[in-house]
Formats: sequence, C-alpha cells, structure tokens
Amino acid sequence: MDWQALSLSLKLSTWTVIVLLPAGLLLARELAWRRFRGKNLIEATLSLPLVLPPTVLGYYLLVAMGGNAPVGRWYQQWSGHPLVFSFEGLLIASLIFNMPFAVPPMQRALETIPKEMREAAAVCGLSPWRIFRLVELPLAWNGILTAAVLTFAHTLGEFGVVLMVGGSIPGETRTIAIAIYDRVQAFDRDAANSMAALLLALSFVAIVVAQLGGGYLSRRHDR
Amino acid sequence: MTGEQRSGLSLQLQQAGPIPLAAKLDCAAGEILALVGPSGSGKSSILRCIAGLLRPQSGSVRCNGEIWLDTVNGVDLPPRRRRVGMVFQNYALFPHMSAVENVMSAMTDVPPEQRLDQARVLLRRVHLDGLEDRRPALLSGGQQQRVAVARALARDPMALLLDEPFSAVDQVTRRKLHRELADLRRQWHMPVILVTHDLNEAAMLADRLCILHRGATLQSGPPQEVKSRPRNALVARLVDLQNVFEGVVREQRESPPLTLIEWPAGRLEVRRQPEFAAGTRVHWVVPPDNIILHRRDRPSRGERENPVAGVVAECLTLGEQISAVMHVAGRADLRLHLTMPAHVARRNRIGEGEPICVSLLAEGIHLMPWQPQTPKDAGAEEPAGI
Repeated sequence: MDWQALSLSLKLSTWTVIVLLPAGLLLARELAWRRFRGKNLIEATLSLPLVLPPTVLGYYLLVAMGGNAPVGRWYQQWSGHPLVFSFEGLLIASLIFNMPFAVPPMQRALETIPKEMREAAAVCGLSPWRIFRLVELPLAWNGILTAAVLTFAHTLGEFGVVLMVGGSIPGETRTIAIAIYDRVQAFDRDAANSMAALLLALSFVAIVVAQLGGGYLSRRHDR
Repeated sequence: MTGEQRSGLSLQLQQAGPIPLAAKLDCAAGEILALVGPSGSGKSSILRCIAGLLRPQSGSVRCNGEIWLDTVNGVDLPPRRRRVGMVFQNYALFPHMSAVENVMSAMTDVPPEQRLDQARVLLRRVHLDGLEDRRPALLSGGQQQRVAVARALARDPMALLLDEPFSAVDQVTRRKLHRELADLRRQWHMPVILVTHDLNEAAMLADRLCILHRGATLQSGPPQEVKSRPRNALVARLVDLQNVFEGVVREQRESPPLTLIEWPAGRLEVRRQPEFAAGTRVHWVVPPDNIILHRRDRPSRGERENPVAGVVAECLTLGEQISAVMHVAGRADLRLHLTMPAHVARRNRIGEGEPICVSLLAEGIHLMPWQPQTPKDAGAEEPAGI
C-alpha cells in the first residue's frame, strides 16, 4: 500500500471539494435562476470533461499550464516554479475535470426551489445572505451533498488527466490511481490489489453516503 | 385621494412590456380592494410591483407616507425594506421549517427571544394552536393558507397583499377562510389588496373592485356599482354581464325622467342618463336580475315595461338555478341570457323551443359609450349590431 499516494489523493480530493463547491454553487445559482445569452454554451462546456477523453483534456491542460502558455508563464514568474507536474497544477486540473460532477447536481437542486419561495423569503424581510443560508442552502442541500461526494470520489479515481498534467512524482503528483498503475507495471499485484480494493470501497461508501444523505434530507421535509 | 394625503397605499405603474402595465389605484387603511381580471391582465404583476419583486419601467408606490418606489427620483426599496405581508397563490411556505418557524422567519425586526412567543400568538389567532411544530407537508391546504397569513402578518406589515389565496382549497375550506379574512380585517387596520379571478369572491369580500385588462385599471368602485354600472362594454364583459347590446339614443325625456333608445328589437325606456344626447350610438347592458319573466298563468303589473318576446334557445339546469338563452322574436342574433329558480322555470314551462316573454326593467338598463371594437379576449359574445 502506497500510503503517501493515498494521502496525496485524499488531500487533492479535499482541496478540490473545498474550492469547487462554493465556486460551483455560485455558478449553479446563476445557471439555475438566470436566463442569459450563452447559457447553453456554458452548460455544454461544463459537461465537456464527461465526454472528452482524459488524455485530450490532460493534453490541453498541459499545454495551457506549460511555460510557453500565458497562464503557465505567469504562474512560473509569480511562484518561481512551473505549474505542470506540481500539486497546484493538479488541483487546477482537478477543478476543471470535476465541473460536470459538481455544478449540475447543485444546479438541478436549486432549480427545484420555486421562484415564489425565494420571493416569499425576500418579502419576509430576509437579506440575500439570510435567504441563501435559511432557504436556499437547506433546500438545495441534497444536490450539494451529491456534488461533494461525486467530486471527492471522482478525484480519488481520476487517472488520465492526472497522469498528463502531474506525471508521477512521489509526494507531489503521484495519486493512488497512478500508484496502482505503477504497481501493475512493476508486477506488484499485491500492492495493486490492496489499493484497488481500497479505492473501490471508498467510492462505494461515497455513493452510499450520497444516496442515504439525499434520501434522509428529502424525507425530513415531509415530517 | 393619494398616499400623501391619508394613510393607505397608492400606486401608479407604467410599463410597455413584457407585461404591459398602466395601473393607477389606491387602497385606504382598513379597506379590501380586489383586483379582478382575466389571466394575464397584470393582477399579480401589480402585487409584485408593490412588494418590490418586480420593477416597472416607471411609476410610484407609496404607503402611509413612505415612498417605496419612485422611478423619477430613483427610489426603489428592496422587498425587505418595504413592510408588506404577502400571501402567495401556493403559499410558498418553507418546506423545511415547521409552521412556527415559517412565521418566525418573517420576524426580522423582533428580538430573537420574543419571536417564538409572538409566532405562537399569531398562529393561535389563525386557529392553528397545536399544529405549530408541523411541517407544511403535514398540513391541509386550509391550514397552510393560515400559516401563510400568519407569516404575512408577522412583519407587522403596513399593507397586506393576497395573491389568489383561496384558489388552492376546496369550497368548504374556502368559505371558512373567507370568514376568517373578514375577521382578521377587523383586527388589523391596513390596506388589503386581494387578487382573484373569482368575481363572486371579490364582490363578497372586497369594499371595492378594480377591474383590470391588459395591465390597465379600467374601473374601480364598490362591487355593486361596478356590476350594475360598468364604464364600458369591456368592463361589462369582464364582470360577466352577458346582456350587452348596441343601440341609438332617440330621446331624452324630463318627465317622467327617461331616456329612450332604439335597438333592433324596437324601442326601450331606460333610466334617464342625460349624458347621452339623442342620436348617440351606445352600448347598453341589463343585469340578469333586471329581466323579469312574464308569468303564463296571469299577467302582472311590470309587463308593460319594455316587453320583449322570443323563443327559448338553450336551457341549462345548474343545481337549483336554470340558465336560459332566449332568441328575440325575429332576431336570432339577439340573445338574452336569463337565470331563474328551477321552480319558476317549471311553473312557466320553460324549455327549449318554448315561446316566452320578458320585461327589461328600465331602472336596470345602463348605457355606456359605444366602442368601435369589442375585444374578444374578454370571453364574451359580441354585442348585436343595430
């Protein structure tokens, strides 16, 4: 078992959830309740990582983060080290490939809150922040939980993009999915087996948690 | 009568689209004003403008001297700074909160330690004691409506807005809620604006009706006045007066005070309305309670008053009432709508194809300026031409 890789995967998943959830929630609110030009295009772009081969997405991210691209160049000047093959680069890639797992569940959940209910909250004298905290958040909690679990589980298991953008630097970019691949290449079946089983168990638990949590929250409104 | 001069709500709204508005109305403290009109007439949009949920292109909303909206001077208070209570059509209760929490959510100006007690008092007032801890899903439609009313009152509002609050409950509950609204009105002295498309409900609950069409206020006044003296043929149709016809004024008589008009079926004596000069083309309406059926068995005194003979073309039993349509003799395009108790219809052998005679009471005939076009979207028939 490569504990370092497991720890890095958990760290990457946690940071992805921490950063993506609030940002994704803001984006989901806009997409759920506002009509604007280009909305369909944004939704299509968000879903792109679902259908794009991970190597293709990884390749473009590698190019964009490389020293020859403006983003990569700027980051290198600012931080002193390249964005590719770094944890930060991996995190940015993770935020992008997790968009379709984070935003749509929250968007769907927010769409189920009737406009009248948000208006009723405003007429009740609640400020926009209190409307968000007291009405939107509890009612969309189901979707937010689903987004968090899917994002976490998907980050743990992502392979192609991580390999393209991060390579396999122990302690920096070698996640558990990469470690499994390395162990298989090295004919270390025992280590690969234990890590694969752990990943399977973690993913299964995550999905069960999302389902149970969602069911509990929707039942709670009926009691 | 404006908001600056007296307590109450006054507003003026203009908007070209997407929902056209050209509304001007006021509602005094303690008064119930019903906004009545077909779907899409802008009733709910007006409520939303008052609450601050919709910003019209131009206009003003004032309540008890406070300016909530004044587009000329750039004033547009957000909903939380307008003290309004609003009951939404489907109540819009927060499903994850109990009844008492729903009410407490609107007590933003009340110290937190007092909110629970005050919310319980409000729920008791709307007869919901014992159900404070239930979530909306476990309350009946009528109980949900009461929670919505309690929540609307929890802000100690300056005005109460009711957006079709009775449309989602059954008839029995509706009657009970009507009584409770009348009761609440005695306790809370504030302007109440009720949106409904049920004309009977509006006439029963409101002090004044305001008839809306395509966002414009066509007429407002006490229900009986609006229903018996519509300003024009469109208002007549919107208040469900079916007997609207065209005619020409022939004579104005001083003694007895009468106006004579001519319509395709002959001459009619009408309550004197001197504002229409002889020769003027008019629309006229006669409410159903001013059409008297002549008895077959014995003649009565009123039979000399504007008698009209014809044949029953349609006869529909609606519970204990009969709704009949009569074709005026020789003019199948002139259709008079009558309603009568079932026993009267039986006694006079009213049935399809039967000849009958009615009198149109002069006092009940109301003249209106002739309008070249009668919008069909009001859902009524075109008046018969002359």
